[in-house]
Amino acid sequence: MARQIAFYGKGGIGKSTTSQNTLAALVEMDQKILIVGCDPKADSTRLILNTKMQDTVLHLAAKAGSVEDLELEDVMKIGYKGIMCTEAGGPEPGVGCAGRGVITAINFLEENGAYDGIDYVSYDVLGDVVCGGFAMPIRENKAQEIYIVMSGEMMALYAANNISKGILKYAGSGGVRLGGLICNERQTDRELDLAESLAKRLNTQLIHFVPRDNVVQHAELRRQTVIQYNPDCQQAQEYRSLATKIHANGGKGTIPTPITMEELEDMLLEFGIMKTDEQALAELEAKEKSLCSAG
Amino acid sequence: MSLETNDAAFHEALIKEVLEQYPEKSQKKRARHLSVIKTDEAAGSSSCGVKSNIKSVPGVMTIRGCAYAGSKGVVWGPVKDMLHISHGPVGCGHYSWSQRRNYFTGTVGIDSFVTMQVTSDFQERDIVFGGDKNLEKMIDELDGLFPLNNGISIQSECPIGLIGDDIEAVAKKKAKDIGKTVVPVRCEGFRGVSQSLGHHIANDAIRDWVFDKTKPEWETGPYDVNLIADYNIGGDAWPSRKLLEEMGLRVIGSWSGDATLAEMERAPKAKLNLIHCYRSMNYICRHMEEKYSIPWVEYNFFGPTQIAESLRKIAAQFDDKIKEGAEKVIAKYQPLVDAVVAKYKPRLEGKKVMLYVGGLRPRHVATAYDDLGMNIVGSGYEFGHNDDYQRTTHYLKDGTLIYDDVTGYELEKFIEKIRPDLVGSGIKEKYATQKMGVPFRQMHSWDYSGPYHGYDGFAIFARDMDMAVNSPVWSKFKAPWKAA
Repeated sequence: MARQIAFYGKGGIGKSTTSQNTLAALVEMDQKILIVGCDPKADSTRLILNTKMQDTVLHLAAKAGSVEDLELEDVMKIGYKGIMCTEAGGPEPGVGCAGRGVITAINFLEENGAYDGIDYVSYDVLGDVVCGGFAMPIRENKAQEIYIVMSGEMMALYAANNISKGILKYAGSGGVRLGGLICNERQTDRELDLAESLAKRLNTQLIHFVPRDNVVQHAELRRQTVIQYNPDCQQAQEYRSLATKIHANGGKGTIPTPITMEELEDMLLEFGIMKTDEQALAELEAKEKSLCSAG
Repeated sequence: MSLETNDAAFHEALIKEVLEQYPEKSQKKRARHLSVIKTDEAAGSSSCGVKSNIKSVPGVMTIRGCAYAGSKGVVWGPVKDMLHISHGPVGCGHYSWSQRRNYFTGTVGIDSFVTMQVTSDFQERDIVFGGDKNLEKMIDELDGLFPLNNGISIQSECPIGLIGDDIEAVAKKKAKDIGKTVVPVRCEGFRGVSQSLGHHIANDAIRDWVFDKTKPEWETGPYDVNLIADYNIGGDAWPSRKLLEEMGLRVIGSWSGDATLAEMERAPKAKLNLIHCYRSMNYICRHMEEKYSIPWVEYNFFGPTQIAESLRKIAAQFDDKIKEGAEKVIAKYQPLVDAVVAKYKPRLEGKKVMLYVGGLRPRHVATAYDDLGMNIVGSGYEFGHNDDYQRTTHYLKDGTLIYDDVTGYELEKFIEKIRPDLVGSGIKEKYATQKMGVPFRQMHSWDYSGPYHGYDGFAIFARDMDMAVNSPVWSKFKAPWKAA
């Protein structure tokens, strides 16, 4: 049975970059991998294929009439070191139902045996779980392990907590578990502490702290993962280390314990990310004073 | 009337008995919808005090429909020179195809389209990528296939609201392209608690997409009236129109049974709106009153008593010429009425009737039964509102059992215990009732008969009720080996 994992997290946090780099490292460990991109933008496989995927499941289905008219080969492309790539695709922003598209595409892949003989199926899901469709990978016993990509920024922490709520909702009926948090460094105050602290509160682990490195941008510009672009750099080692940890993490996922909005805010206050009203007022006053004296 | 009141105590006990079968929460909810009419001696008014227009209790078998049914099936569907697209997957349009017997003149597929089923037949790809493009193409094709159509309406099925298809933008664009009226209607089935909201949404669509969009050339006369909310079931609107014309009025629009788009466009030119089905079209009458200062009058063309009362009520809005006309009409048909009553009253006198229909007939047909000496013992609405129930007690006796949004179980129990001589309701209730050995008439479709409106309709109504109640089949109900 393939291990099914999924990457969730706030929009723009670097889910696709992190997941593709990690999977590129996993393939070095002789794993057979299938990526299922669940984002209408279809950019979950760009770094593995070294090009943007053109033939998404849904666009081909729309052209052919319906998904029943498609063959698996039509939608599967082979990328870096044999990683198999598919993209669900979906409508342009503002029309139709991308959520239904994700459901359709995943069902098609499953029914047509795309998961047979695979070690890892990895879902890369669009930032905000806006409707039932985007929760598909955590429902119905698909992904067993969810990795939440986050950072020390407030909205990323909110999102991580919300996604945990979603996992908790389905943890009872299916086998979905929280694999851990992946912190993508944004160089905010006490970022590592905060990430570790949140992980603890959510009854999970900070599986890896990925430092910020410009080489990621350089590789991405060339439509490559760091592993492919500069296999010997320190950042590539970081992703290898993350991949090793995920590989060893099979079956060790936990049922998350999401916290309330108040608890989260208290935590942020404690770490100085959010200010209390008194603090904020005092700062404003000081600022005004300095402005007055300057004027 | 054969009886002054119905047996209130018996009906109250019956309600109690029926409610006992429910779990506590449902019992509490359903209790508010069941009642017995009582005259309040102090206030001098009667009331039935049931709650209405509330979401049905999950798990019960409600007889209600949905907003799409209210808009496409009731209000828009009968507009004969327009094509009505059931926008969404095929089922909603297909299984509601021609279910209401809205009669019309014209040639189907040439200049009339009422009995046609037009659907955009959504596939998975339309859900994912949106149905707008298909809809545009479809409107072009429809206009090419049926060049004599005068307009197109887009009736939304549930998915349209879920995926947020911009049907308004398509309607605007295509109206320009084909040079005809295109009306988008947001009547997704999941909206509201019954078909009632669909009526309202459909009324609003007439207001927003038909009125004042064209400048109808119409020379107004002093006796111009609109016949509103007669859907011409089995041809009901035709004898109604005849009576109004005979008394000297000019009917410039019949909505929406046998209606054309032009009749709707010129409606604001009328002097008076006459509304039959208050529930489904009071909204547009209120709008016309506010915007164009057209008063409206409710009338009832079921049974001679109410017909005469209504004709006089309508005539009172006009001059002596019309008032005289009304009296002449009433006098003219009196011999017909006398003959019908003489023939059928002896056969029907004292027979107990239970009704369960939509939003108007549970009160409107009651007096037609009264005219035949029959006795309404129970009545209720599928989707009536509070203002319907307020209008109901006027027509019904004290002690009458009232059931709002009745469940399959409740209705069956009521019929079983009351054992009426006739039940008038819909197709879903028909066979279950007949199997209990109780005569039945469909009161939505007139059981493929009609018309029932007007004096001519009364004769047919009386014949049909007699046919149901006095059919020899009921004497054969007991198996011979059990009869002994």
